Amino acid sequence: MSWLSQYVRPKIRTLLGRREVPENLWHQCPACQQMIFHRDLEKSLKVCPHCSHHMRATAAERLAWTFDPETSVSIELPKVAHDPLRFRDTKRYAERLREAREKTGLEDALRVAHGTIGGHKAVVAAMEFAFLGGSMGAAVGEGILAAARLAVLQQAALVVFTASGGARMQEGAISLMQMPRTVLGCGLVKDAGLPFIVVLTDPTAGGVTASFAMLGDILIAEPGALIGFAGPRVIEQTVREKLPEGFQRAEYLFAHGVVDRVVPRGQLTATLAQVIGLLTVREAA
Amino acid sequence: MREYLDFEKPLAELEGKIEELRHLSDPQGMNIAEEVAKLSEKAERLLHTTYAKLTPWQKTQVARHPERPKALAYIEGLMTDFAPLAGDRAFAEDAAIVGGLGRFRGRSVLVLGTEKGTDTETRIEHNFGMARPEGYRKARRLIELAGRFALPILTFVDTAGAFPGIDAEARGQAEAIARSIEASLAAPVPYIAVIIGEGGSGGAIALAAGDKVLMLEHAVYSVISPEGCASILWRDAASAPAAAEAMKLTAEDLLRLALIDAIITEPLGGAHRDPEAAIAAVGKAIEAELGPLLLLAPAELKARRHERILKMTSEVGA
Ligand SMILES: [Zn+2]
Repeated sequence: MSWLSQYVRPKIRTLLGRREVPENLWHQCPACQQMIFHRDLEKSLKVCPHCSHHMRATAAERLAWTFDPETSVSIELPKVAHDPLRFRDTKRYAERLREAREKTGLEDALRVAHGTIGGHKAVVAAMEFAFLGGSMGAAVGEGILAAARLAVLQQAALVVFTASGGARMQEGAISLMQMPRTVLGCGLVKDAGLPFIVVLTDPTAGGVTASFAMLGDILIAEPGALIGFAGPRVIEQTVREKLPEGFQRAEYLFAHGVVDRVVPRGQLTATLAQVIGLLTVREAA
Repeated sequence: MREYLDFEKPLAELEGKIEELRHLSDPQGMNIAEEVAKLSEKAERLLHTTYAKLTPWQKTQVARHPERPKALAYIEGLMTDFAPLAGDRAFAEDAAIVGGLGRFRGRSVLVLGTEKGTDTETRIEHNFGMARPEGYRKARRLIELAGRFALPILTFVDTAGAFPGIDAEARGQAEAIARSIEASLAAPVPYIAVIIGEGGSGGAIALAAGDKVLMLEHAVYSVISPEGCASILWRDAASAPAAAEAMKLTAEDLLRLALIDAIITEPLGGAHRDPEAAIAAVGKAIEAELGPLLLLAPAELKARRHERILKMTSEVGA
């Protein structure tokens, strides 16, 4: 990509340091391969202006895009013991955790904050895919429970953005038990008569899909997101058939009645505000 | 002919020899009888030592043993007056999950099980115990039925996991599992789950979010199969024995982690060597757990069930 350097004025290059320049100023769309200027990408909420591909977003970006400006407060999530099984594959789980924490600045694969969305009180939990594939272990389970309890305490809606490969294998059956635990969490919100809305983003799979993610009062998917229980490769190996076009994508799920809406990222916040309003404000002023 | 597992080879040789001797008609019959007795004793000792120190990977193989009693064997052995019930009322009947009403020790109960089948024909009929959404939706329907009629729920779990298929995904496999978990947590009646063989991932927890979870001595219970874990984390399915070790999937491990409530001892050499004794032991264990649960009011029962699940964070095992 040597042609890129011609787009970057030499002065800026020396200012920002050699290595950072091309990556930070220009991004390549993984779908259409076209280059996008970083400011345009920020403005479009990481949606490719050429082909509308929705790129993966961080948990921090989700929170920033969703809350009304300057209304959100992040909450600290409960601590859980690290590496309960002292798990080791080709690398120690403790080491993988350390690296993921360094890379993301997070304790685990979830961020939770409270604030308002279109003026409505809401608690938002966003999964961080960059943290060990957004996998759900005890910390994520605990975080979802904390978010649910906070929503009940504040009489606020609970919105969860999912992005997860599934259960955290390195926590063995403890990670499996986070499925009923998180189901209990969404039960608390539902029993309190508060809206529980799930936004399924790319990718959402395994034990996360098969627990709290599918139990939202309203399920919204981002365009093109891969959403399913079993992974496509496992299915292909099991049934020895070619998977249909668009299999397990948001639009496929919509056509099969699995989700309520497929909403482009740019309209997501407005849709959340609208739906929470319709569910909780019975008479419009 | 008994099917032997790889690690049972020395045992297979010894028991083969005993069989051979038994069929010999020899003028010195007395000596043969003596030899048979001696070898039998040796075989029993070997069986004892082999099964006393099974590795997690060996236990996985025992848990999957083709001759191990399956869910229907427990249902037939422990229930009287069994009335099978079928269908999800929306799309299909899924025989991977069997269920119905019956009497356990005279008491009317609802029973559910993931059934793997016992021969080629029944294995195909039951899809090797791997359920589609219809199976979990049937389970949910029957769990709710049990709630309305105040019938205790007994489940027998033995599955490699939910079926990973195109049709299953198209009809909402994940949602069906989630709803079955939700219904299990909400049931206002005693709910006892027994992991009798393989407790595989979401397909198992869909029928195991109860008041008490019991596990047979050589059963395994995990978030993914050792082969699946190995191929993802080790990038090599042949590392399954190492993955089985690392995942802590044996009954002993899970009891230590407080993720199950009790271990049911199996007959020497595994449940497949004496299915009747294994089934009787399971019946006794269920009876012991059910008694105290029947004394609790529905609200108290559910509160304790939820408390039990909420405690399952990694602090437990730390
Ligand atoms: Zn593009």
